[in-house]
Amino acid sequence: MKRRLLLLLLPVCFLALALFFYQGLSLDPSQRDSALMAREFPTFEASTLRDENRRVDQTLLEGEVTLVNVWGEWCPACKQEMPQLLELADNGIRMVGVNYRDTREKGMQFLSEFGDPFEVNIFDPEGELGFDLGVYGAPETFLVDADGVIRYHHKGYVSPQDVRERILPEVEKWR
Amino acid sequence: MALMRTMAALLLLVIAFGAAAGGIELREFDDPVMEKRYHDLTASMRCPLCENQAINDSDAPISADMRERVYQLLQEGQSDIEIINHMVQRFGEYILYNPRLESRTYLLWGLPIALVLLGAMVVVLMIRARRNASAKALSAEERQRIDALTNRKRSS
Amino acid sequence: MLIKLIPEIGHFALIIALLMAAVQAVMPLAGAATRRPLWMAYGQPMAVGQFVFIAIAYACLTASYMLDDFSVANVANNSNSLLPWYYKFSAVWGNHEGSVLLWSFMLAGWGFAASLFTGNLPRDMVARVMGVMGMVCVGFLLFILMTSNPFERLLPGMPQDGADLNPLLQDFGLVVHPPMLYMGYVGFSVVFAFAIAALMGGRLDAAWTRWARPWTNLAWAFLTVGIALGSWWAYYELGWGGWWFWDPVENASLLPWLTGTALVHSLAVTEKRGSFKSWTVLLAISTFSLSLMGTFLVRSGVLTSVHAFANDPARGFFILMLLAITVTLSLLVFALRAPRVSHKVGFNWLSRDALLLVNNIFLVIMTVTVLLGTVYPLILDSLGLGKISVGPPYFNALFVPLTVLMCIFMGLGSVTRWKSMAARDLIRKLWLAGVAALVIGILMPLLYRGEWNLFVSLGIVSALWIVLPMVRDVFDKTRHASSFLAGVRKLSLAYWGMVLGHVGVAVTIVGVTVVSNYNIERNVRMSPGTTVEVAGYQFTMTELTERRGANFLADTSILQVQRGDSGRSFTMRPEKRLYLATGMPMTQVALRPGLFRDLYVAMGENLGDGSWAMRVQYKPFVRWLWLGALLMAFGGVLAVLDKRYRRTAATREAPKVASQGGSTQNSTQNGAREATA
Repeated sequence: MKRRLLLLLLPVCFLALALFFYQGLSLDPSQRDSALMAREFPTFEASTLRDENRRVDQTLLEGEVTLVNVWGEWCPACKQEMPQLLELADNGIRMVGVNYRDTREKGMQFLSEFGDPFEVNIFDPEGELGFDLGVYGAPETFLVDADGVIRYHHKGYVSPQDVRERILPEVEKWR
Repeated sequence: MALMRTMAALLLLVIAFGAAAGGIELREFDDPVMEKRYHDLTASMRCPLCENQAINDSDAPISADMRERVYQLLQEGQSDIEIINHMVQRFGEYILYNPRLESRTYLLWGLPIALVLLGAMVVVLMIRARRNASAKALSAEERQRIDALTNRKRSS
Repeated sequence: MLIKLIPEIGHFALIIALLMAAVQAVMPLAGAATRRPLWMAYGQPMAVGQFVFIAIAYACLTASYMLDDFSVANVANNSNSLLPWYYKFSAVWGNHEGSVLLWSFMLAGWGFAASLFTGNLPRDMVARVMGVMGMVCVGFLLFILMTSNPFERLLPGMPQDGADLNPLLQDFGLVVHPPMLYMGYVGFSVVFAFAIAALMGGRLDAAWTRWARPWTNLAWAFLTVGIALGSWWAYYELGWGGWWFWDPVENASLLPWLTGTALVHSLAVTEKRGSFKSWTVLLAISTFSLSLMGTFLVRSGVLTSVHAFANDPARGFFILMLLAITVTLSLLVFALRAPRVSHKVGFNWLSRDALLLVNNIFLVIMTVTVLLGTVYPLILDSLGLGKISVGPPYFNALFVPLTVLMCIFMGLGSVTRWKSMAARDLIRKLWLAGVAALVIGILMPLLYRGEWNLFVSLGIVSALWIVLPMVRDVFDKTRHASSFLAGVRKLSLAYWGMVLGHVGVAVTIVGVTVVSNYNIERNVRMSPGTTVEVAGYQFTMTELTERRGANFLADTSILQVQRGDSGRSFTMRPEKRLYLATGMPMTQVALRPGLFRDLYVAMGENLGDGSWAMRVQYKPFVRWLWLGALLMAFGGVLAVLDKRYRRTAATREAPKVASQGGSTQNSTQNGAREATA
């Protein structure tokens, strides 16, 4: 009898595994939190997109809750999410762009064509800041609190739904 | 929605498969040891963008950036651990194909080793039990006869 | 017009097949339970009918591909009018729906074969086997009809030319790899059905094992070849010269192979000695369950992998349910009906029984390790413990020592007697082989490279330790015969199968060891006129051209390769292709295969000034990897042809099980090339 009970452990173990599989079906392996969550925005020094001579560094992000959006002219999803970013800026949220792996000319053209929600754009042609942010594809959006700490990370396209359900609540939370 | 999913799947395919034969770069190394370290490091880091490829196998731009960074850090004289930490700080534990030993991976590393020990125990216990079984059940003479029979049949 | 109705005919045939499978699942089992011969007799004809109708469905889908019927969504999404006919033929299984159809076709094929060669099995046993096969078929046919119907139409608005088959799949390797792999996966359903039937009937006797063995060997041989083909395909097609990535999809095929290998060995013990019965049955259940799990892992996209396939949650859910029901039910049957240990069959420390026990334990540990590494990220993720990756460094760190340890016992196992063997007999038989293996293995890296390498020595010693004792054993066994040839003939085919299988393992180990440690890789800048030297070969780029293929544009570089100053010179043509329909770039490597080394050249990026980055690799002994796998598979088939299986069948005037069984499988497989793994 004891042996039979022991053998019954087999289907039980398997069912446990199947339960994990079931959960796995609704998990998206490509959705990962940024490794920089709850850490300070990386130090950097760069010029801005519009003005070669203006130097900015991480202190740019201190003092106010800021949304940092990493974008590039070459990225189609960046174009699609522009209306949402403009809406966020209209809501009085401070927006800073990181022009990632791009040229000044193309970046400026992009902004004039699709609108410019950004207070300032950090020019990052070699992707150095992007690398330190752990960005592996644009667009990516980071929420930085008033102390310059990264509080929220959104990978990929920001849909109107994301704005309502994720980003605005997060901004409220950290304000 | 279905269309979006198909598109996404297609994109992933392009990313994953278009990447074939990635990372052919011309690099100079001071010595073969460093070259080997470069190979081992880039082979053990996972491309964060692709489906499942090491950065030395992948064509994704981020993999090229990461290889370049590994190379730079090696040139700067950093140790393997420092380089790994540098990458994990930016891209997370996810990129390590060789997960670090920590509380959540104890089972991953421990279970196979535990199983080897358990297996050894099972073998010892079973054989001891069986050995007695055969000793009790048969006399030496019978055993010899059966021995001869089974082994003859096998080679026939 | 009948021709326009082909997809509907196929769809209808599938429905009929489902109904027949349902009858096959219910009637024979009910008949066996209530002892009604008429009900039991339903099994075989239903298996035949089901096979015929799935074959019709499969033929219809193939016809739709061949006729470019782009009103069928499946064809429109995965084929193109420009595709050469043989890729249209293989494109059928280059996608989710088609590959599941092929899976079911093969399942029905194995069921059909099993129904033909029932030999002298008792009637109720046959009925139960058929019933279990029927249930599995019902599951898969429902899966097709409910979530993955390949005959769905795109009406109105059918496209003109169709999308395209993924260029990576336009390749011979992909034509043959999935069908072989599936034949293996599905083949284990037969031994699974035997196991469940035996449990239900409470009849786990020698006849049972004798019946299960050939089927197991055959399925195992197919799986071995399938895995090897996949590795070979990745090697030449993906373009960076790797041959095993410990990718979840590869692991999914390795898992049933490992338990299948354990099963092949434990069946030997059960047949010869009557022991390990419950264990053998459990292995049979596990092997098929792992095949199903592999299908689930691949088809649901639940694990991130380089093979991005069907990521439809509904399908994933369905196949998970199928998996859960099948495995839970069979494990329950096992737990409730597994025979009690009636009498212990004794054996000693040094006996084949003991060594096969050790073998089984190693294989199970390996299985658990691979399974653990494969699903661990998923488990952590569902527990909210973050995302990690488990990859080659982890698996290699555990697999290499486990394999080396197992080889120690393997060398002993093939020459030890059943039950008991005196230590001094064994030492007398083995000491020479042991010393020779050690000496050669330790010296080999020094002779080959002038530098000692622990891993190479370990690999070579292991391989020799497997082979040399068997050489001695064959010599001992043939010594008393009138001539060597007569002696060879006297040994049974099963014995030769064992020898070949083990030699295959050794050959693969040599290949893995040497290519992993002595691979030479150089990335170089080349333009016409440049010469580079790698491993004694001079590669000179003579020309850089562009060419247009059937459905792609290519940059081709032409390299003259010469060994030293004297050797013959030959040409290699690596390419960088751009496939027009999808705009996908692809690297077509140039390969110069050889038994002792491969030369492998891949084109990288255009560096702008008329030169290209190229990767030149020298891969010693890489062919041995796959050669070993072929030997293993051949060994498995040889064992199937052993006289004793034929003798059993002959007593019932049934066709010769083993040999005929083999050829039937082959022809089924010819008619049924399948989908992407």
